[in-house]
Amino acid sequence: MRQVFLDHQSSTPVLPEVFDAMRPYFTEYFGNASSLHQHGLRVRDALKRARQQMAALIGADSEEEIFFTSDGTESANLAIKGAAYANERKGKHLVISATEHPSVMNSVEFLEKQGWTCTRVGVTPQGIIRLDELEAAITPQTVLVAVHHVNHDIGTIQPMREVGQICAAKNVPLYVDCEASAGWLPIDVKEWGAAMVSFSPHRFYGPKGVGVLYRNRKARIVSVIHGGVQEGGRRAGTENIPAIVGGGVAAEIARERLPQRVAHVAPLQKRLWEGLQLKVPYIQLNGPKPGPDRITTNLNLSTEFIEGEGQLLLCDMNGIAVASGSSCVSKSLKISHVLGAIGLDHALAQGNIIMTLGEANTEADIDYVIETFAKIAAKLRGMSPMWDEFERGVIDSVIAPTGRGKSFSQHAAEVSGKPVH
Amino acid sequence: MSETYTLYNSTVMEHFMNPRNMGDLKDADGVGEVGAAACGDIMKISLKIKDGRIEDARFKTFGCGSAIASSSMATELIKGRTIDEAMSFSNQEVVDALGGLPPVKIHCSVLAEEALKAALEDYVKRNPSATAKVATTESVPA
Repeated sequence: MRQVFLDHQSSTPVLPEVFDAMRPYFTEYFGNASSLHQHGLRVRDALKRARQQMAALIGADSEEEIFFTSDGTESANLAIKGAAYANERKGKHLVISATEHPSVMNSVEFLEKQGWTCTRVGVTPQGIIRLDELEAAITPQTVLVAVHHVNHDIGTIQPMREVGQICAAKNVPLYVDCEASAGWLPIDVKEWGAAMVSFSPHRFYGPKGVGVLYRNRKARIVSVIHGGVQEGGRRAGTENIPAIVGGGVAAEIARERLPQRVAHVAPLQKRLWEGLQLKVPYIQLNGPKPGPDRITTNLNLSTEFIEGEGQLLLCDMNGIAVASGSSCVSKSLKISHVLGAIGLDHALAQGNIIMTLGEANTEADIDYVIETFAKIAAKLRGMSPMWDEFERGVIDSVIAPTGRGKSFSQHAAEVSGKPVH
Repeated sequence: MSETYTLYNSTVMEHFMNPRNMGDLKDADGVGEVGAAACGDIMKISLKIKDGRIEDARFKTFGCGSAIASSSMATELIKGRTIDEAMSFSNQEVVDALGGLPPVKIHCSVLAEEALKAALEDYVKRNPSATAKVATTESVPA
């Protein structure tokens, strides 16, 4: 069976040259970077080189502005909590977009329980932050604005230059979560005027176990993990040298190959969406259409009258790895908050599938996915009472309303005795 | 990949991949359609009842793998049962027959029980003389 990995947003394989670069740091150069002897000094050099590679990927001035953490979530925690605690005396107000990653949302919720307040700025139906609302949300007590570069669910690219200008005009530091964009879109921290930027090499063919936080020298943060004086006192704990070395090499390769990676996946994204549209009736793309407002790796789809987990399982049984924002897939039984924030109809959120492309995907893979997915949708629709009721005119389509019957959500509320969330 | 890993156990996966009794019954004697407020899944069960006994059952489900497997298993289990027996049907039977469900997915089996009971209630509504006992039985809330 053909195997097609279409979940590059979750992770990517480590490149052979990255793995080769890492290997000696497990066995031969095992030293602790805090040690003062040869073993420590050697890996300190490797750390410095990796910082330079990370700085170059995002246009940072100096490697001294790069901190290593364990992953993207830790970087987000350090950025949000570190800035909040460091600037407590100035004010206790934060501003974030409504579609941030859970590592940002939940760090903010943690702070709210301790007396901070937060304004969540709404987004357009395409997922683009409302700049007028952002500007209005910032108060003299605001100590941090957090806006992600690219949305992890729906692939929307945020207008970072404009966001940066608003923050600069209000003199509030800006933290940009670049987890979904680093290695796939050019990043220029100086153009945005970003105080902090985070990303993870495992999203661009580096290893897991390392996260990066860029912090502009002028931005104040305090450590949230306490111990020794590693990472300039901003993050205690022994550095994961093999992962950091591998991450640095992955960053250097990503910078070199970014144009060719984009040139490879952009046509595949277009081919996949156009093919699915042609072969699967009542399917919708969530977020901006492929083009300047959408990252070239992501398609977020809603297939009407069927549920997402069933689609995911059948894709998997056919060798296709995808993700879903459906409530059935989440442990909390809630739909993705991003789909909620863009105002997606609940029935469409239930039928959600996320496909994210990478450099190993081929045209033949895409054609296989289109053909297989059309069969999967037809199989699940054959089992779905909703498809039957749509065909009989009891309920209507949200994607292409025909004017007959009631809405799916109305029907679901009636049979479950409660309005759907 | 040489091995296949699955999200659910092999019985659940088998019922999801090859569901039993999927579809509708022409001239069904009772039809029940219920939804889960928790997750948005919808399940429909149709019954053919003769001489107080369930002769045939079909399901249609909008929902996840375990919801489809639960409705497949529930329709298998209730075929041949009397109305009285079916009215005391419990979701635990579905869970046990499937060899267990993840805790967060137990509500899928409850939905199958509710769909079955809604279908039986529909039958009783259509045939008030069927049995007085059935009419007073309440379905178990999720």
